Amino acid sequence: MTSSSNVPDADRAPVADLERVTRSYRMGANEVRALDELSFSFGRGEYWAVMGSSGSGKSTLLNVLGCLDRPSTGHYRIDGVDVADLDDDELSDLRSTKLGFVFQSYNLIPQLNVMENILVPLFYQESPPDGAEERARTLAERVGLGNRLEHRPLELSGGQQQRVAIARALVNQPALILADEATGNLDSHTALEILDLFDELHAEGRTIIVVTHEPDVGERAQHVLRLKDGRIESVVRDQHPAPRGAVTR
Amino acid sequence: MKGPSLVRTVRLGVSSLMLHKLRSLLTTLGVLFGTSSVIAMLAIGEGASEEAQEQIRQLGSRNVILRSIKPREDFATGQQTVRVVSYGLTEEDLARVSETFPGVTRVVPVREIYEEVRRGDRAMNPRVLATLPVYRDVTGRLLLEGRFLTDVDNEKVANVCVLSDEVAKFLFPFESPLGEQVRVGGDYYVVVGTLLSRVRPQGDAAAAGKSTAEVFIPLETGRKWYGSMQVKLRAGSREMEEVELHEIVVECDSAENVPTVAAACREMLTRNHKQPDYEMVVPLELLIRAQETKRIFNIVLGSIASISLLVGGIGIMNVMLATVTERTREIGIRRALGAKRRHIVQQFLVETVVLSVGGGLLGVALGLVIPVIVEHTAEMRTIVTPSAPLLAFLISAGVGVVFGLYPAARAAQMDPVEALRHE
Repeated sequence: MTSSSNVPDADRAPVADLERVTRSYRMGANEVRALDELSFSFGRGEYWAVMGSSGSGKSTLLNVLGCLDRPSTGHYRIDGVDVADLDDDELSDLRSTKLGFVFQSYNLIPQLNVMENILVPLFYQESPPDGAEERARTLAERVGLGNRLEHRPLELSGGQQQRVAIARALVNQPALILADEATGNLDSHTALEILDLFDELHAEGRTIIVVTHEPDVGERAQHVLRLKDGRIESVVRDQHPAPRGAVTR
Repeated sequence: MKGPSLVRTVRLGVSSLMLHKLRSLLTTLGVLFGTSSVIAMLAIGEGASEEAQEQIRQLGSRNVILRSIKPREDFATGQQTVRVVSYGLTEEDLARVSETFPGVTRVVPVREIYEEVRRGDRAMNPRVLATLPVYRDVTGRLLLEGRFLTDVDNEKVANVCVLSDEVAKFLFPFESPLGEQVRVGGDYYVVVGTLLSRVRPQGDAAAAGKSTAEVFIPLETGRKWYGSMQVKLRAGSREMEEVELHEIVVECDSAENVPTVAAACREMLTRNHKQPDYEMVVPLELLIRAQETKRIFNIVLGSIASISLLVGGIGIMNVMLATVTERTREIGIRRALGAKRRHIVQQFLVETVVLSVGGGLLGVALGLVIPVIVEHTAEMRTIVTPSAPLLAFLISAGVGVVFGLYPAARAAQMDPVEALRHE
């Protein structure tokens, strides 16, 4: 990991660490393995694209990485915490403190305005931080929606909604940002703006994992992990030999 | 409780409900009508029972009233000619009650005289009652003007009378009747006072008895001009009636002694009267019976109300189940962003409670208006006790919790991954 050579030891531990993770489903009499003994580590401050055709297991991987689902066997550690022994409430805690989600269809809550939507993850924290509103306002400005705080999601364009979603994914200062086909519903111009935003976040040292089947999107990431049939097909590190802004802090 | 504050959850619930204003309003209707009918029915029931109890209380809760009633006629031997019917309470009965019964303080005899009362060309048929001065005190009647009969009136066998409010207003619509004369039968009487009429009995109030138009004359005056024999004109026949006393009001020294005195009276009457030509009214017993009736009424009312609230609750639950399905995706999002199961339960439970409490509040408002309307249109007395709206409101909130739990639990049990995938 060339880019993290000057990061302190504690930070060198991977943010998301998969150890022989299997996730299997019952389909009638058959057992289908969506993830098959997958072992992989996502390092801190890295920007990954997880790619693969549909059925490759990338959605399942995203669910596991996002603590929405647990491995059938194997271990997944997020920020050093093994999820295997956690109950539903503890998983919820992990999601509200360590993860930021960006979805394909934005998934804002329609009856809440921009400000309230951004604040939702903090809403569910056991001890919400002080100055939450101030933080949300800063983030809204950051994604260029400082003047739309009172708007409802339906009054915003798709690109704007996705910006709100990104602000929401950042408000709890997560260890890991997960994006699921984040540009899938956007036109190419707006999609580029969102990808630029991801670049900026990466440059700030945030850890981002983008799940996508679009080559253009995979192209923009620092590293690419390809899945096929629940296994790793290929790993490409530093696909841009000179990444914009030498990523180190 | 940590996590989202209740205020914020409630505000969120309200804003979610406001997304579907009509649906939310319609959903609350069940609880609204349930609550308002509870309050309105309680108010009407309370008013009616209070009225009945007041009528009974006017008879005196320490009194036992004995009345003469005409025994059932024997039609087989009935002749359409002049005949004498002799029945009723006697002076002997009066003497026995007043002399031998312990616990009796005063005994008041009343004779009723069947005569028309006239003044000029205005005539009416009130009950003309010949009685003693203590009558007013024993029955607790309110004097409006002038005075009631006195012992002197009685000793002098004076031709004086006291009118009840109703009679006074009919015979003297424009002036005070005091000092004026009225004709009772063939004689003139000077009006010395007026009494407040009894509360007009509503429906079948046997306890309150007969007309509230009354004219009182001294007992001795009545004795002098009208013996115990009176002629009653009937269609096709004249009938002679011999009744010594029409009513005896027995006053006891305390309410506790009323049952004993009543039992003694009953025994005395059964022993001395061959035919059932008397009745006994014990206001205290009536009061207890009225309270029992009220209790039963409240139970029936409570069951009806709980059925309507049950239906309202089921309506709310139905809508909330639909809402939960409709908002599966929102549930998925919230779960993904860190909401725990109890947060989801809380959210939907609060929404249900807001719905039912909203319906409850509107219902309380409507329930307070209905009695006012009833009072003005149906001229029935209504009483809204403070506990009724409070009770109705608490029940409606309870309905929200009970019927909200299942939809909320369904929402919380959803798998976040499945919920997020829901379209």
